[in-house]
Amino acid sequence: MTIPAAASAADTLPKLVLDNARRRGHRAAFREKDYGIWQQWTWQQAADEIRALACGLAALGLKRGDKLTTVGDNRPRLYWAMVATQAIGGVPVPVYQDSVAAEMGHVLAHAGVRFAVAENQEQVDKLIEIKEICPELELIVYCDSRGLKHYAQPYLKSYAEVQEMGRAFATANPDFFDATVACGQGGEVALITYTSGTTGQSKGVMLTFANLIETARNAAQLDGLGENEEMLSYLPMAWVGDIIFSLGQSYVCGFCISCPESAATVLADLREIGPTYFFAPPRIFENILTSVMIRIEDASAPKRGMFRYFMNLARRVGADILDGKPVPPADRLLYALGEALVYGPLRNVLGFSRVRLAYTAGEAIGPDIFRFYRSLGVNIKQLYGSTESSVFVTVQPDGHIKADSVGVPVPGVEIRVAESGEVMFRGPGVFHSYYKNEEATRATKTPDGWVRTGDAGFVDADGQLHIIDRAKDVGRMKSGGIFAPKYIENKLKFFPYIREAVAFGDERDFVTAFLNIDLAAVGNWAERRGLAYSGYADLAQQPVVLDLLDDCVRKVNADLASESRLADSQIRRFLVLHKELDADDGELTRTRKLRRAFVVEKYAPLAEALYSGRDRCAIETEVTFENGRKGRISAELIIRDVPAVPTLCKAG
Amino acid sequence: MERLRKIGDVVLKMEGISLAFGGVKALADVSFEVRAHEILAIIGPNGAGKSSMLNVINGFYRPQQGSITFHGRTRKQMEPHEAATQGIARTFQNIALFKGMSTLDNIMTGRNTMMKRNLLWQALYYGPALKEEIEHRAACERIIDFLEIEAIRRAPVGKLPYGLQKRVELGRALAAEPTLLLLDEPMAGMNLEEKQDMCRFILDVNDEFGTTIVLIEHDMGVVMDISDRVVVLDYGRKIAEGTPDAVRANQTVIDAYLGVAH
Repeated sequence: MTIPAAASAADTLPKLVLDNARRRGHRAAFREKDYGIWQQWTWQQAADEIRALACGLAALGLKRGDKLTTVGDNRPRLYWAMVATQAIGGVPVPVYQDSVAAEMGHVLAHAGVRFAVAENQEQVDKLIEIKEICPELELIVYCDSRGLKHYAQPYLKSYAEVQEMGRAFATANPDFFDATVACGQGGEVALITYTSGTTGQSKGVMLTFANLIETARNAAQLDGLGENEEMLSYLPMAWVGDIIFSLGQSYVCGFCISCPESAATVLADLREIGPTYFFAPPRIFENILTSVMIRIEDASAPKRGMFRYFMNLARRVGADILDGKPVPPADRLLYALGEALVYGPLRNVLGFSRVRLAYTAGEAIGPDIFRFYRSLGVNIKQLYGSTESSVFVTVQPDGHIKADSVGVPVPGVEIRVAESGEVMFRGPGVFHSYYKNEEATRATKTPDGWVRTGDAGFVDADGQLHIIDRAKDVGRMKSGGIFAPKYIENKLKFFPYIREAVAFGDERDFVTAFLNIDLAAVGNWAERRGLAYSGYADLAQQPVVLDLLDDCVRKVNADLASESRLADSQIRRFLVLHKELDADDGELTRTRKLRRAFVVEKYAPLAEALYSGRDRCAIETEVTFENGRKGRISAELIIRDVPAVPTLCKAG
Repeated sequence: MERLRKIGDVVLKMEGISLAFGGVKALADVSFEVRAHEILAIIGPNGAGKSSMLNVINGFYRPQQGSITFHGRTRKQMEPHEAATQGIARTFQNIALFKGMSTLDNIMTGRNTMMKRNLLWQALYYGPALKEEIEHRAACERIIDFLEIEAIRRAPVGKLPYGLQKRVELGRALAAEPTLLLLDEPMAGMNLEEKQDMCRFILDVNDEFGTTIVLIEHDMGVVMDISDRVVVLDYGRKIAEGTPDAVRANQTVIDAYLGVAH
């Protein structure tokens, strides 16, 4: 595919905005649901809004190299703020909207942020709180004025006010904006995004315009994205994935992004927009599937029967039809009937009617969940990447989807597996460096441009990459067998009843695990059995629930027993934690990944109990409520023993 | 807390109100005033006459004695339609929503008194009637945004949890754009988080729209936190009135709540 000269000349995001305003000025660029209606801005209108804000920020003293943070739910105004900052040479530092003040303070102080654009009162309150530890923070701009009327702080300004100043400034300096945009270079740092901190304190990854634009363009060409795509932008704006999709690819291809009304309305908004291009972490696909299954269980018997029959058919032939493989004509005919009766209506209810391409990444997706969507005719593909690679390293290729692999490298990217088993990559998306952290940059990026991912994996005969676990987490059992905790945890989490799992086994005789039940799924299961419970902790310790999980663990063991290298790591004892692992308590990252070291230390007594032979263990822990208050909860947990499944060779 | 709007003049004056149902005296010679922009709480033990008082204010009950002065006009009793058109809206102790209707439709009913076009126009749903409908819908959407209930806009209210139903009911009352809002136990039966949310919304309503609020509440923490003044009723009589702190220290009030040997 050839790229028009005008597009390739635009080597920064602000230039792309102006370019889009010229070429497709009347086409929709942003939508936001507000007051129950989808409000829309064209590329021309968006460019004008960005110009007004950029000039306003310049008038207020934002200079080349200054940092500006954006914080809030996905809102067009925040996306504009990022590009407006870039237009005048500033560097946006988006932060997670649900991070507590202390976390946010750490990031803003480290980045030396001078300006902040916040969505609403909630975020402004946090910024005011951390202003003391961020001496460089000078100005807070807010989008929604509700509740802020009696805030007298002189450093608060409304978004409209700043844009008003910008319009006046632009009248006085008519050439300023175009000139400052033209100054931007592709090699400059476009933004700093802080990693979620799976491995301790988060690091500021600096990505250049070239990183974002080339990666976005390569991936868009690979999967044939154009200006007609529809996308829902609902994932945290601070996360590199949203930056690549909602800023990178949207600007490169010129397609429209839609921002949901609120976090609670995402699924309804998804259905209204009917995106053609969709990204979600496995968890969301899992949640959608769980909600479907719960509703099917409550449906009438004929509907349940019809659903079962056609889903069995889809499981058998659906994925093959999607991949264009040969399928018997009779099955094809039945599948077409199923399309009319079940698959089509179901996709419509989920908002997937128009999806041409759906990506998932971040964690391994359960093979059952993956197959469910593919057999329905949703072209869901896994991709593998990181903040350091501007997302795209590998993508599953059309027609050759293997559920357990993450696919082949995208154009321009090379991968190799180091002798230690660690996956490394090189390509146009490789990050500039970590902000103010030379040491970490050297440890991650080799002089010739290879990046260590920290993931252990291998490349199979078809050239497809498989990821096993974090390289540093892969341990050894006392017996000498390998212990890959995440691999085991993922197998456990693939059951709808298990929300989180933590496996232990390094330097031990056998493997044990902590489990978190999924309150929605187990709660529904309990209700259907007429089981009374008072809350999470109570439900989690009910003997029948433990039996249910016992069953899941046995199935995982049977699965592990069939893989000779992992037969030793069958789970022999487990317990169900009395509270859900939570990012507010530091147990998960904001993207809901397990912070293993922290959890191991916090629950050390429980881990010891698992290896002590006792059948109960008391625990008291501190919890943080959503409003920031702290409390303590205590509980006595029951420990269950599970027999090992004999491996085939032993049985024989 | 600092206030955006200063508490103003008297807007509602209840004088010597007595109400009896047969031999049961619900209210006996109760007088108090409500000032513009304030939050006034009416408290008292069960059966003290709190809900009866709200019902007298919006014309549900007709007192045998006394007078009501609202916006400068004195009358023996309020008529319900008059109360509604003059800017008094209320919520009920036992939620009184249309269970089968959606959140949005329920809130729309709150604008009933403001709809000018007659039934025929509305049935035609064309021209001025359509324009009017759009305006009312926009007003309702602002309330939905204000109360953060976007996610349940289309949900039938009968299926919503109790706390949310209470919020929808507040939304319907707000849809009438009241100057005086009567809330009958807005936080009854709620958990702590729901109570905190509701407190915030009540304060926000008062702040944002300057609405005068009279509320009945049992939760003393709530009353002390959000009200400017408190009126205490016991067996139909007013036994105290004043700031939350003054009322809390009042011996008569303590006796009424804890009980004394007669």
